[in-house]
Amino acid sequence: MHAFSRLLEALVLTPSRNGKLDLVADFFARAPDPDRGYALAAITGDLDIAAVKGATLRSLAAERVDAELFALSYDFVGDLAETIALIWPSSSTEATPPLGEVVETLSRATRPQALKLVTQWLDTMEPGDRYALVKLATGGLRMGVSARLAKQALAQFAAARGTMIAVEEIEEIWPAQTPPYRALFAWLEGRGTRPSGHALAPFRPVMLAHPLEEDALATLDLGAFQIEWKWDGIRVQAVSDGGVRRLYSRTGDDISTAFPDLVAAMDFEGALDGELLVGHFDGRALSIGSFSDLQQRLNRKSVAPALLRQYPACLRAYDLLVDGPDDVRALPLAERRIRLDRFAATLDPARFDVSPVLNAADIAALGQLRADPPHGLIEGVMLKRRDSAYLAGRPKGPWFKWKRDAMTVDAVLMYAQRGHGKRSGFYSDYTFGCWTDDPSAGGVLVPVGKAYSGFTDEELKRIDKFVRDNTVDRHGPVRVVRATADFGLVFEVAFEGLNASARHKSGVAMRFPRIARLRFDKPPHEADRLATLKQLLR
Amino acid sequence: MIANPILVPRPEGLWCEAGRFFIDPVRAVDRALITHAHSDHARPGHAHVLATRQTLDIMAIRMGERFAAATQAAQWGEMIRIGDASVSFHPAGHVLGSAQIRIEANGQVIVVSGDYKRRADPTCAAFEPVACDVFITEATFGLPVFRHPDTRDEITKVLDVLARSPERSVVIGAYALGKAQRVIRALRDAGYDRPIHLHGSMIPLCAYYQSQGIELGDLRPATVESGRRGDFSGGVIIGTPSAIADKWSRRFPDPVVAFASGWMRIRQRAKQGGVELPLIISDHSDWDELTATISELNPQEVWVTHGREEALVRWCALHQRVARPLNLVGYEDEAE
Repeated sequence: MHAFSRLLEALVLTPSRNGKLDLVADFFARAPDPDRGYALAAITGDLDIAAVKGATLRSLAAERVDAELFALSYDFVGDLAETIALIWPSSSTEATPPLGEVVETLSRATRPQALKLVTQWLDTMEPGDRYALVKLATGGLRMGVSARLAKQALAQFAAARGTMIAVEEIEEIWPAQTPPYRALFAWLEGRGTRPSGHALAPFRPVMLAHPLEEDALATLDLGAFQIEWKWDGIRVQAVSDGGVRRLYSRTGDDISTAFPDLVAAMDFEGALDGELLVGHFDGRALSIGSFSDLQQRLNRKSVAPALLRQYPACLRAYDLLVDGPDDVRALPLAERRIRLDRFAATLDPARFDVSPVLNAADIAALGQLRADPPHGLIEGVMLKRRDSAYLAGRPKGPWFKWKRDAMTVDAVLMYAQRGHGKRSGFYSDYTFGCWTDDPSAGGVLVPVGKAYSGFTDEELKRIDKFVRDNTVDRHGPVRVVRATADFGLVFEVAFEGLNASARHKSGVAMRFPRIARLRFDKPPHEADRLATLKQLLR
Repeated sequence: MIANPILVPRPEGLWCEAGRFFIDPVRAVDRALITHAHSDHARPGHAHVLATRQTLDIMAIRMGERFAAATQAAQWGEMIRIGDASVSFHPAGHVLGSAQIRIEANGQVIVVSGDYKRRADPTCAAFEPVACDVFITEATFGLPVFRHPDTRDEITKVLDVLARSPERSVVIGAYALGKAQRVIRALRDAGYDRPIHLHGSMIPLCAYYQSQGIELGDLRPATVESGRRGDFSGGVIIGTPSAIADKWSRRFPDPVVAFASGWMRIRQRAKQGGVELPLIISDHSDWDELTATISELNPQEVWVTHGREEALVRWCALHQRVARPLNLVGYEDEAE
């Protein structure tokens, strides 16, 4: 338990991705089975014990000190589990039980038994372990690390032992594995064979495209490629296998519960690769909704019936990976496409259609398509070699994406915050704004977005100095930077799209904003007006 | 409540009418008694300052020789008559020179503890319990969530990082007076004998500690001129809290940012400060020390100042003790 609680703390405090990877891989190397397996399950979100209620522990802790002292402490600390962990009076410190024992005992226990056990453990643990236990036992454990990173850490762990196993291979067998993953670890350590991945409806690693370099256009053999729109929805994999239906994100997370409408329509045997979008069926074809429509369906644990009616989810299919009993990933794209058209013809047209193949006689025509797509959610074109097999990851050569040029706007730096990792100490997170009206007519700046990237290290130093020299106020970690009609720093901000947003004061939210250029030459009153930005909404 | 107490809170600080002096005044006054040299307690511009020799020396280092018109050094335990009051200074265990001040007048004894701690600290004299009618306690960490662990265990964390990643450096943020020297000394006591590099602003205070017989080992300025980047690999660098969060720390190779403070007990505080390695090392009493001290001294009344007054007053109420918050303004209650 102690090693696990140390990992939990270190992950919170380590800002860099590589640092987190090392911590997790190192933990797998040091912790024994089944402890490391349960830790892995905690990271991937496959461990849900919820043996006791947080409120119950809170009142027990309050009884032990005093309700008022507890309330004052909670107010100061701000996190319930941490308050309980810190305030709990320990009678003695004994060797803490290993994580595996805690998990297995708690999962078998009844609620009253669990409460008794947790109380006993809390009495003898040190605060870090108590924190981990409270989080674990109340089902509120979040490690702050993605499932994808955990799998990368597994691959790194294996590599350090001389077993070269690709992350994609781990992802492929992952759905069939269950905590504490003994067979998986044995395989990664070279002690065992590859565990069977024969769970029903497994995830297959997704094939991704490289960006097309503009100077490669001249030599591109356009005729060898199938051209399609590149949609900016959610890339998903819809798998239906022997009655098990699963909708996966491109990282392999199971997102079925968020889209019950689409899952209900997955009446097939096979695996489709496609884009999840919001679409209304007019009796003949699907009419695709906007990004804001799609946003209504994102990040929801449960979906209200009204939302399902108003924003129905659909799938625009790109590819077919499994056709009935046949894994067709090794076939050339041209053949898969014939199968896909046939496969999709049997599906509910209100939920599924096939991404159309586009025609472009030459690069100029392709450029035309890319520059002027027929829908706001299209972010460019895809080029896929007709002879390409469906491969895991991002192989160089068979698939390219050629994105539309980003939109840009001139905005004024308003607030700055310090960055993390190699940027710690630098003011590298910027909030910028546009004018509500001409500043001479009483217009003011309202924030329209935040960006952390796009600038070089040299530019970062210049902005950092500007921020330090022109701070007019501070709110905790945030510096308010001088920004008037005649003095301030103008950024040319590039972004991929704009959504209407009721949560933002400006009424708009940018997608993927980044700093394209520093405009030290430009007086702030020449920055863009909010109205200009709003014209880009569609 | 005690009738006609000999000390009363005023905007300038605690006032003693019998001796016509203030204790730790936040504005310039005619006569000031100063518990210790931290800048919220020791300010320049008073006409006359009475404090321990070490506190006076440190004030001179930090504020210049002319920080007061006249100074007088108090010996530990020496009775000094000021007007109708007699005062004496007793170790508080907070930082070098830090004192509790005992004031006696009109048959009443009040002890102003200033900031204090109870655990062992080889860089200053240990807290001395002084019997009194009224004990004025600090409450910086006056909540039952604050229990400082053993300093040796915290120092071990630093040594572990260096052992595990010898190519990295550990940059420890610590207050320049007291904390920095305590951390250095704890590293030495744990067997770390390599040179320790210091932020420039700490050098005079460390030199003063060494002149007072506190062994701190080989200390060097952490300037890039004095060494190439690689020289800091596997090394310990001590900087001020503001320096570690700033450009200064970027000159060192892949630094692990550590911070030595009682606040590091709370995870989000550490995270917000960008601290990767929190070291729970405090020069203030934790909850157990505060409550144990009150029980041990058993004063008629407890007055609580700067910090979490409410919680400590509540604890006193739960233990049938008379207590009240002083609500003095001008002292840092979250700095450490």
